Amino acid sequence: MDCCGGMDEHDETCTEVKVKDGIDAGTVAAAKRLESENYSAGFVTDIEMEFAPKGLSESTVRFISAKKGEPEWLLEWRLDAYRRWLTMEEPVWARVNYPKIDYQAFYYYAAPKNAAKYKSIDEVPKEILDTYAKLGIPLREAEVLLGVEGAAETAATAREKPRIAVDAVFDSVSVATTFREELKKAGVIFMSISEAVHEYPELVRRYLGTVVPATDNYFATLNTAVFSDGTFVYVPKGVRCPMELSTYFRMNAESTGQFERTLIIVDEGAYVSYLEGCTAPMRDENQLHAAVVELVALDDAEIKYSTVQNWWPGDEDGKGGIYNFVTKRGDCRGARSKISWTQVETGSAITWKYPSCVLRGDDSVGEFYSIAVTNGRQQADTGTKMIHLGKRTKSRIISKGISAGKSDNTYRGLVSIHRKAEGARNFTQCDSLLIGDRCGAHTVPYIENRRADAQLEHEATTTKLSEDQLFYVRQRGIGEEQAVALLVNGFVRDVLQELPMEFAVEAQKLLEVSLEGSVG
Amino acid sequence: MLKIENLTATVGEGEDAKTILNALSLAVPAGEVHAIMGPNGAGKSTLSYVLTGREGYAVTGGSATLNGADILALEPEARAAAGLFLSFQYPVEIPGVPVMTFVRTAMNAQRKARGETEISAPDFIKKSREIARVLSLDPEMLKRPVNVGFSGGEKKRLEIYQMMMLEPRFMVLDETDSGLDIDALRTVAEGVNALRAPDRGMLVITHYQRLLDYIKPDKVHVLARGRIIRTGGPELAHRLEAEGYDGVLAEAV
Repeated sequence: MDCCGGMDEHDETCTEVKVKDGIDAGTVAAAKRLESENYSAGFVTDIEMEFAPKGLSESTVRFISAKKGEPEWLLEWRLDAYRRWLTMEEPVWARVNYPKIDYQAFYYYAAPKNAAKYKSIDEVPKEILDTYAKLGIPLREAEVLLGVEGAAETAATAREKPRIAVDAVFDSVSVATTFREELKKAGVIFMSISEAVHEYPELVRRYLGTVVPATDNYFATLNTAVFSDGTFVYVPKGVRCPMELSTYFRMNAESTGQFERTLIIVDEGAYVSYLEGCTAPMRDENQLHAAVVELVALDDAEIKYSTVQNWWPGDEDGKGGIYNFVTKRGDCRGARSKISWTQVETGSAITWKYPSCVLRGDDSVGEFYSIAVTNGRQQADTGTKMIHLGKRTKSRIISKGISAGKSDNTYRGLVSIHRKAEGARNFTQCDSLLIGDRCGAHTVPYIENRRADAQLEHEATTTKLSEDQLFYVRQRGIGEEQAVALLVNGFVRDVLQELPMEFAVEAQKLLEVSLEGSVG
Repeated sequence: MLKIENLTATVGEGEDAKTILNALSLAVPAGEVHAIMGPNGAGKSTLSYVLTGREGYAVTGGSATLNGADILALEPEARAAAGLFLSFQYPVEIPGVPVMTFVRTAMNAQRKARGETEISAPDFIKKSREIARVLSLDPEMLKRPVNVGFSGGEKKRLEIYQMMMLEPRFMVLDETDSGLDIDALRTVAEGVNALRAPDRGMLVITHYQRLLDYIKPDKVHVLARGRIIRTGGPELAHRLEAEGYDGVLAEAV
């Protein structure tokens, strides 16, 4: 399954709205520039780091593999991918523009010195702990992270607040994973993928690369060659994971690429809710992030995967920021399985991301709920693919794009109904909201249908944050910034409702911060 | 209370600029209700927008003060916090924002601006329930997004609900009667009358005399060509109803 390959062939289906006309005198005046001070996660942690030699070569791949003491099969898999990658071309069909990436200008491995894996939270350097505490996203995670030795907290206190187990990835390595022991009691495996390779080699080998193969696409192949760390989750048959699992990604080191690999396997009748959060310091140079996430849901299993992405978007002139090229795919391998993606994307200079579902099992269900905000000079090309293979498979896509400043925001989505997908159904709703008159919203839906009995619904709207609404809200006493936030929150409400409670509150705040200064 | 002197305002820019308010003067003392009537295009809605600070209008002369303080220099939200409320002729839909959330956010924003403490959730709900009862509003409606899918009459009642919740000092009602049947009109008028108080003022903009049977004005002003051309008691409204605007306009020339 090639990721979005060939999408450019269908460009006539592109419904595009580019707003150029101005609203009445300065109501939503030309969007104010995104002020870099608004990005509170933009600090740098000063800590001694260990790097792989700069640039990418076969020896870089060997270096990373050796650092992790990987088995031979894994090294071979990486090397195969690397050789293939050399023959591949960077995809150009997305509506994003950026200077050519010099893949030799990055470090492909950066880790706090001696970090191989801290045995306990006490060994994690204070600088790193402070980093997570300071980020406070979500604050509760930070608390839990700091109190990791208190995993044996009394059950009573534990019940009072929802707990979240965290895998904290700092540049290329996982520095701490909380609540592991407690999860283990429930049979849930939650650890960094580097560890899982050693502790559960058979599970990793059986599933790794089966959803996103090494050959999938340019960025996924690159990831396969140089992935450094990430999270591994296995939920055994019939187990409802007792707490939310999450990974918190932090890119800190300069000129570094982060290539994490996440693999989540949920066995028959099991359930997990997983959250992913990310931030990075403000740097003038672009940092590269090319992750791969693979989800496998067996019979009657359910995976809920939520992302709050807040990578540094670059400054008001478009300098710096993260290039986010991510391949996320879930495989509803079993009958009646369900995978649900929810994403809140507010960061990154460039976003190229299409979390998808392969609906292989009969009666399986795929969902995609997305809020993508762009401001300043950000460019996002994001959406999903729903591949209906099994009988009576159902998918639902709700996408909310918000463009402000001089940004460009594209929804690109594929719904594909294959020959055997008897009675398949899809519902797609794409709404775009424009703030100001120098941004763009684009909707590019692709539909491939091989069944006469498929039911496909597609709704799309593009609206401008209206002067009437803004005035109405302000007349009631609500200030302009808060008025914008209120209107935007209303606009994205049906997606916010899909987020776990804890995250919804964070996401709401994040939206407010991302849109600060978006009206004149 | 509200004092407008020689207020001149234009809409549009450059050569297209059109004078809509032309040296308009008007004073509504505290405790009084004044009605503004006038033909289409007289500048009635413009007056409400200029007072509340909508963009797109330029004040080129004159002044407007509320309790002695200049309001024209303030942002719309600051005017609201100072106690100015506009019941819109065409209330706006706000998808995804429930009525209660909206009104509570507004109330707390105003309170914050005035240095007061926020209203507690139980107090807010209690108050909301009482007002909904007075206005015969279905409480379920208050959980729905503001004005989305509401009928014309429901929208107008919701404006009055907001007004009663926010307890403004000075209220401008812009054609609140349009779109209301006679029962709804009576209910709305009851709500409005409940807010009459010695320290409150009200400006009721309307086409028809009908509303003034329920909300009795102390004075009636006729607005035409951007200024007040005639002021009288409630009997003036009856005369307009009987004779139309032409006679009054002709006299004023």
